Amino acid sequence: MSRKAIIRVKDLRAGYGEDIILDRVSFNVYEGEVFVILGGSGCGKSTLLKTIIGLIEPRAGKIAIDGDEVSVDDETTLQKIFRRIGVLYQGAALFGSMTIAENVALPIREYTSLPKESVDVLVKMKLGLVNLEGYENYLPSELSGGMKKRAGLARAMALNPKILFFDEPSAGLDPVTSAELDDLILYLNRSLGTTMVMVTHELQSIFAVAQRIIMLDKRAKGIIAEGNPKYLRDHSQNKFVKQFFNRQTEENGVGGKGSE
Amino acid sequence: MNTPETTGPSRYQIAENPEGGITLHIHGNMDSANAGQMIEELTALLSDYSLSSLTVDLEKVDHLDDFGTLVLVHLRKMVSNGRDGFYVVNSGDKIKELLSILHFDSLNEKISLEKKRSPGVFIRIGEATFRHIADLKYAISFIGSIVISLVHICLHPRSLRSDDTIRYMQRVGVDGLPIVALISFLMGLIMAFMSSVQLQQFGANIYVASLVGLAMTRELGPIMTAIIVAGRSGSAFAAEIGTMKISEEVDALFTMGFNPVMFLVVPKLVAAAIMVPILTLFSDIFAIMGGLLVGVFMLDLTAGAYMAQTIKTLELFDVFWGVLKGGVFGVLITWIGCFRGFQVRGGAASVGEATTSAVVSSIFLIILSDSVFSVILRYWG
Ligand SMILES: Nc1ncnc2c1ncn2[C@@H]1O[C@H](COP(=O)(O)OP(=O)(O)OP(=O)(O)O)[C@@H](O)[C@H]1O
Ligand SMILES: [Mg+2]
Repeated sequence: MSRKAIIRVKDLRAGYGEDIILDRVSFNVYEGEVFVILGGSGCGKSTLLKTIIGLIEPRAGKIAIDGDEVSVDDETTLQKIFRRIGVLYQGAALFGSMTIAENVALPIREYTSLPKESVDVLVKMKLGLVNLEGYENYLPSELSGGMKKRAGLARAMALNPKILFFDEPSAGLDPVTSAELDDLILYLNRSLGTTMVMVTHELQSIFAVAQRIIMLDKRAKGIIAEGNPKYLRDHSQNKFVKQFFNRQTEENGVGGKGSE
Repeated sequence: MNTPETTGPSRYQIAENPEGGITLHIHGNMDSANAGQMIEELTALLSDYSLSSLTVDLEKVDHLDDFGTLVLVHLRKMVSNGRDGFYVVNSGDKIKELLSILHFDSLNEKISLEKKRSPGVFIRIGEATFRHIADLKYAISFIGSIVISLVHICLHPRSLRSDDTIRYMQRVGVDGLPIVALISFLMGLIMAFMSSVQLQQFGANIYVASLVGLAMTRELGPIMTAIIVAGRSGSAFAAEIGTMKISEEVDALFTMGFNPVMFLVVPKLVAAAIMVPILTLFSDIFAIMGGLLVGVFMLDLTAGAYMAQTIKTLELFDVFWGVLKGGVFGVLITWIGCFRGFQVRGGAASVGEATTSAVVSSIFLIILSDSVFSVILRYWG
């Protein structure tokens, strides 16, 4: 079955100032899939995510989301794109002066014509989905790190966007909550057909949710592996990919730790 | 069978049941794109019926998301018998799953997301009082820790973070000089101009020099400088420390064994205590230059005569007194700026409040301490 590529990245070069972080990166994300970006810390996953959604201007290359070309200068197209995506930032990025409920309600009030009581009910449902019922009137500063993440997720999916971008959604969550989050992601993916692009390090959740992954590398400044995570774990010849999926360090990557 | 359109009012079919109540058939999608519209349309459509019981038939609904669920919640609210008179039938497995995940059956329609109700006026006054007392206690203990740090620095001068101190001296002093110079120059100009209008009537032009010199060195120079420093640097100190506070950087310093006051406050304090007096001196000089300009070009005084009169009027003590005031103002500005910074709690808005409050409190303290200086001079001098 040939599916529609909802995100196309072609020959992307991204970086800050003098530094080129990523070069010659090309990949597609297909409609309705859960797509995971992997890689060591500092290899440019967040940078790639921010470049795709038009926050950082790419040095070269083309990015298209749902048929529209992403360009930092083209405000109108960006606005059109922003209506179709939701983003969960690495630090949750909740607005500190608003309660959790107001944070989630903000995009709903702005972009739909729902009556006020309905917005409140909807906010309550959204927060219920991320297990935060009862915290509607809390300020972000009164929540724990993992709770902020979940509230950020509720805000990102407030308008049921076509594509959701997550930067490390399960960082700071306990295994149970993190597994529930995986279920939620799978559920949203299945029921609403939401395309998910995530950055995550949690091996378990990668195997649970990801249909396809790309792995970035700092030295290669680009993609070193692409495909199904389970297949890559068992069949990849790349040393770093093996290390990553088997949680080994550089030194004992070949010989194993002995105790295992 | 005719298939109704999937948008607009024709996508609803209403049938009255023989045993009372109404069955509503919905066609098409119920999702974020049309939920708002559906709620409006259904409210209008069903207002003609007495809704003792309502059955919603979802057989023809292909897609329903949480916005669609909202429409159902809204319909349930319209039924006079409440939950007992509301049924959803013929929903597919997907829809059933969604409704159960969203706890549709137990969802409460009457939730209020209002902020916590603000308490009555007496409670608020009481709380404010306690807050101010706590503030005051903290302010005093903050002074205490500054003094302890300063004593420590005097005993171990090497523990002063000299790089930071020099950086702050540059930011407070060097970077602030242009604006201080410009404003003082204009002040001198205006003062000379305004006073000349009066003094010219008595042919006392030369006293413009005395007036500008004395007023600027003793009062206005230090005050103007301090107000500019409060706006430029006091606010920056509060914002810097406040931001560090909310991003847990202050906590990190503390657990790494640093004394936050020593680390963050003392360099700023030393920098301000040195630079504000120097800025005050510059302010005096530029103000006199402003006066000189008016004297030479409007009052036909020679530059030499103007300067001679200025020097004759001013005693060294006047200049020293102004500079001393500048030093005290500098210390006060830093103290209140850092204090407000440390008081930040929560998020970005709190940093904004701290910054505002740092500037306002600084200006208040500047004027207050200036009056104290006047009283001291009156009874002591
Ligand atoms: N605002 C910035 N300015 C300059 N360089 C930056 C900036 N943000 C990130 N970098 C650099 O870009 C590189 C990639 O950073 P990025 O945040 O994308 O990493 P990451 O893969 O998301 O890592 P992590 O898993 O730790 O979040 C790093 O080397 C970092 O030093
Ligand atoms: Mg990152």
